[in-house]
Amino acid sequence: MADLRSVLSWYRRMVLVRRFEEETERAFRRGKIGGYLHVYSGQEAVAAGFISAMREDDICFTSYRDHAFALLRGAPPGAVMAELYGKATGLARGKGGSMHLFDVGRGFYGGYGIVGGHIPLALGAAYALRYQGSDRVCLCFLGDGAMNTGAFHESLNMAGLWGQTGQCPLVLIVENNGYAMGTSVARSSAVTDLAARFTAYAIPCERVDGMDFLAVRLAAERAIAETRTSGRPTAVEAITYRFAGHGAADVVQPYRSKEEVDQARRRDPIPTLEGHLHAAGLLDDAAMAAIREEAEQAVLAAVRYAEESPAPPPESLYADVYADTYGGEA
Amino acid sequence: MAIVSYREAIRSTLIEEMDRDLTIVLLGEEIGLYQGTFRVTADLLARYGPGRVIDTPTSETGFVGAAIGMAMLGLRPVVEMMTWNFSLVALDQIVNNAAKIRYFSGGQVDIPLVIRGPNGAGVQLSAQHSQSLEAIYAHIPGLHVVTPATPAEAKGLLRTAIRGNDPVIFLENAALYGSKGEVPEGEFVVPFGAADVARSGSDVTIVAYSRMLAAALEAAEYLAGEGVEAEVINLRTLRPLDRGTLVASVKRTHRAVVVQEQWRPFGTAAEIAATIAEGAFDALDAPVERVTGADVPMPYARNLELLALPNAEDIVRAVARTLYREIKTPSERSSGGQSDG
Ligand SMILES: Cc1ncc(C[n+]2csc(CCOP(=O)(O)OP(=O)(O)O)c2C)c(N)n1
Ligand SMILES: [Mg+2]
Repeated sequence: MADLRSVLSWYRRMVLVRRFEEETERAFRRGKIGGYLHVYSGQEAVAAGFISAMREDDICFTSYRDHAFALLRGAPPGAVMAELYGKATGLARGKGGSMHLFDVGRGFYGGYGIVGGHIPLALGAAYALRYQGSDRVCLCFLGDGAMNTGAFHESLNMAGLWGQTGQCPLVLIVENNGYAMGTSVARSSAVTDLAARFTAYAIPCERVDGMDFLAVRLAAERAIAETRTSGRPTAVEAITYRFAGHGAADVVQPYRSKEEVDQARRRDPIPTLEGHLHAAGLLDDAAMAAIREEAEQAVLAAVRYAEESPAPPPESLYADVYADTYGGEA
Repeated sequence: MAIVSYREAIRSTLIEEMDRDLTIVLLGEEIGLYQGTFRVTADLLARYGPGRVIDTPTSETGFVGAAIGMAMLGLRPVVEMMTWNFSLVALDQIVNNAAKIRYFSGGQVDIPLVIRGPNGAGVQLSAQHSQSLEAIYAHIPGLHVVTPATPAEAKGLLRTAIRGNDPVIFLENAALYGSKGEVPEGEFVVPFGAADVARSGSDVTIVAYSRMLAAALEAAEYLAGEGVEAEVINLRTLRPLDRGTLVASVKRTHRAVVVQEQWRPFGTAAEIAATIAEGAFDALDAPVERVTGADVPMPYARNLELLALPNAEDIVRAVARTLYREIKTPSERSSGGQSDG
C-alpha cells in the first residue's frame, strides 16, 4: 500500500458517503426522493478499498446500491443528489434515479436494477479493454444474492474461458452482506462457501474482512495487480453487513434481529479505520471533527444544489432513447 | 449488379465491414469452428482469428450481455443468435440493458450492437423452433427492428445496422438464405425507416415484410390476372416504421391487407392497421384485413404446419374481401372453381 497518509483521504470520503446516505434517507422520508432507495451504510470499506486501488482509467460496474460508487469515483455530490431528486442537473439528467447512477467520464459504468444483470456487461467490457490493447481492468461489484442468477454463472464460465488466453481483465467483488432482501445466504445457497462458486470456474477467490478498509485495500491491490498482468479474472468475497434495511421501505426487517444489527455495528468500518489512523498518529479528535464538519457542509451543499435545480424539461422525455435518427417513426 | 444469395449478401457484408473496422467482433454459438449453423459465418474464423470471431458456450444471457458491455466500451459487436427462438433466454439483457442503458444513463453511452439470425418458421421444427418474435422486440423503445426480404436489403440494412450506434434486432429468415437476387456493388446502404414499394398498383395495398414479401408479390401477380392491381409495400424495418409511405399508399388505393407470419393478437399487423386507421381513416373503403399465422403453438405435422402459415391464397382471399368481390384463388381455379356455386 502506498502509505497511510493517502488512506486519510479515503477515510474522508467514507465519512462523506455515510453522511450522504443519512441525508438520502431523510430526503426520502420527506418525499424529496422517489422510487426505491438502497443505501450503502455499513459497506463503505468495500467500495472505498477497491476504488482506492483502481487506476483512474480503470472502470467499474455495480448494482442498484450504487451511490457510494459514484461518489468515490469523484462524481460531485450535488450531481448525485440531484439525480436522486430527479433533477435536470443529475448525473443522468433525471432519467435514472437512485438505481442507475452513471459517470462514464470517471469510469463508473453504472448502477443496474436487475439482480445479476450487470455481470455479463462487465465481462464484455473487460474483454473490450484487452481487445483495445490496454492494461486497464474492469471491476464488477455484486451482491451475495446475485450469485444465484443464471447471468452470474454464464458470465463466470465465460470469464474463466476468456481468462485462459489472458483476455479477461475482470475483478469480481462479492459484497456478502448476508442477505438478498430478507433472504439470508443460508436460505438461498445450497453451498454457503461462496468462494467455491468461483473456483468451480477456475477463478481464484480470496475472502476478506469487508469491514476493514486496510484489509480490503490490500486484497484489492493483489487482485487488481494479478488481473492486470495476467488478463485473467480474480474474485474477492468481502464479508460485510448492511446497517439499514434493504431499501427505504424495509422498515420492520423481520428476517434479522436487532441484536444481530447491533453486533454488526460494532464492526462499523468507519470507527475501525479511525482506529488504524489513530494508532498511526495520523488522526486526532480535532482532525476527525474537522472531517465530519467538511462532510456535513458538502452534503448540505449537495442538498441545496438538488433542491434548487430545475426538473428535467418536458422536451427531454424523448431525448437519448436512440443515438441515431432515421426517417419513419421509432 | 451481381446475383448473390441472401446468405452470401450477409456474409460478404460482415467481411467488408470487418475489413474496414477493427472494432467489429462477432460472437455466437458455432459461428467459428463449426462454420455457422446456417453457414453465414463460414470461413470467418480462419480470416479473422478467435479474438474477433468468438465461439461462445450455450449462454445466451452471458454472451448477449457481454456484447452489450463490449459495445459500451466502443466495440461494434455483431452477435449471431442461432435462431431467434433462443433469444428469449437473453430477453432480459436485450430489453433491460441494450434498449435502456442509453436512456437511463442520460445519454452517456451508446450501444452499437447488432444481434442477427433467423426468425420465423422453418420446416417441421414444431413449437419451440418456429416462432416469429418481431412484435416482442418492436414493442421496445431503444431497439431498431429490421426485417430484410431480399439479398440487397440484407446487405444494405446490415451495413446501416453495423455502422449505426444503437442496438439493432436484425431478423433474417432461414427460408431466405438460399434465395438469390441482384445486389448493387460498392458501399451500398439501405436506410432504416424507408419502406419499399415493391410493386405499384391502385386497387389495394398489400403490406408485408421478410419472407411474407414473396407471398404478397405472388398474390399480386395472380391478382393482376384477375384484373386487380395491388400495390405491395415491403416495410424493410418495423422500428422505425415508415408510416408515411403506408398511409400515402392507402390514401390512393382505399384498401389494405397486412401480412405477417406471427400470431395474430397484438402483432405487427395490428400496429399497421392502427396506423392506417389513424392516418387514412376517411380514405378507407373497407376494413383493414389481416393475414396472419394461426393462433397456436406451431404443430409438427406438415399438413398442420402449412395450415398454420399464411400463403398467397390467403392473401388473395383477403384482397377479395376488401374489394367485396368474388375472386377465385389459384387452387380453386385449378380444381374447377366450384366455389362460385
Ligand atoms: C432479477 C431480479 N429479481 C428480483 C429483484 C428484486 N430484488 C432487488 S434487490 C434483491 C436482492 C439482491 O441481493 P444482493 O444481490 O445480495 O444485493 P444487496 O441488496 O444485498 O446489496 C432482489 C431479490 C430484482 N431487482 N431483480
Ligand atoms: Mg446481499
